[in-house]
Amino acid sequence: MKIELDGKAYEIEKPMEVSRLLQQFSLSRETHLVIVNDRLVTEDHRLVRDDRVKFIRVVSGG
Amino acid sequence: MKCRVCGQEANISLRAYNTALCADDFTFFLEKRVSDTIQKYHLVEKNDTPIVAVSGGKDSLSIWHILNKLGYGADGLYVDLGIGDYSRESLEKIKKMAETLKCKVFVFHIRKIFERSIDEIAKTIRRVPCSACGMIKRYVMNKVCIDKGYNVLITGHNLDDEAAALMGNLLYWKEEYLWKKSPLLEGREGHLSRKVKPLFLCSEREMAAYALISRIDYIYEECPFSVNAKSLTYKAILNNLEETSPGTKLQFIKGYLKMVKGGEETTRDLTYCASCGYPCYGDKCNMCRLLERFHIENKIDFAVYGGQP
Repeated sequence: MKIELDGKAYEIEKPMEVSRLLQQFSLSRETHLVIVNDRLVTEDHRLVRDDRVKFIRVVSGG
Repeated sequence: MKCRVCGQEANISLRAYNTALCADDFTFFLEKRVSDTIQKYHLVEKNDTPIVAVSGGKDSLSIWHILNKLGYGADGLYVDLGIGDYSRESLEKIKKMAETLKCKVFVFHIRKIFERSIDEIAKTIRRVPCSACGMIKRYVMNKVCIDKGYNVLITGHNLDDEAAALMGNLLYWKEEYLWKKSPLLEGREGHLSRKVKPLFLCSEREMAAYALISRIDYIYEECPFSVNAKSLTYKAILNNLEETSPGTKLQFIKGYLKMVKGGEETTRDLTYCASCGYPCYGDKCNMCRLLERFHIENKIDFAVYGGQP
């Protein structure tokens, strides 16, 4: 699957749940939303090989 | 996870409420939460003339969108800080939203008045950019209300913003700021507009989800000067707590609101600026002093975009 985080692209082969992917990237479910194939998904969503995944940072500050 | 309302596949889990919702039911939930907050705290009444301070980010564009959807016809105000592509892109997204909502947006271009960007102004007066920015924004937001006839100023401060600010004020026991953590700050007739925060009980994560689901085109990039903001450190701490104890931020703010009921605003030595009438603690307000410092005599004026023809 193709993964996008802060403008950078990554590739992962192994299917897994979104929660596991968040862990792999050391991201918190409180601070990032996950879009799979242009659709917002929950942490238990099962990712498959051809999925396009995008992490959306939700925290803004200043 | 399944949507608690309709049983379809959920799009967002809301651990603070021990539930999960699909896109449609989440949209309904969030808009209702905003509507309930407005009514419970009497933030905006039907005869009010509201204006939203917009930055181009997810929170302010979303609240502008929601208010108009709920029937509160609200125009917008943008303070263009003159920070290169960041400010240009923000303004483009705001103009686009104004067009969609068929609303006016007033724009204060800092460069047109000061002939400098916000960081250059801050450097000259030996302040950090966020401090100069806050001072100018507060003044301009009030000015547009007084000059253009809006009686309530709406900002997009969300639950995380308020919890982080409250945490900072508590850590350093800044009692003079504690009363400000309220969804409604009263105005002063002819001098200071009423300020309200309808997203007070909506988390940052919920607002980002709402913006994505509603296809609100917001600026994803951060202000380049906010990188080391203390509020981001407080937010990180609060989000760590939220991760292990969902609902912490909501309890923190709701508990505070209960505790602070009846708290009084400190108005010691408060007077009005001899030049412009803005509330201040001296003969002149900081904005008038700043204009004097740069020998600027131009009056504060706004460009206007959009609105009904």
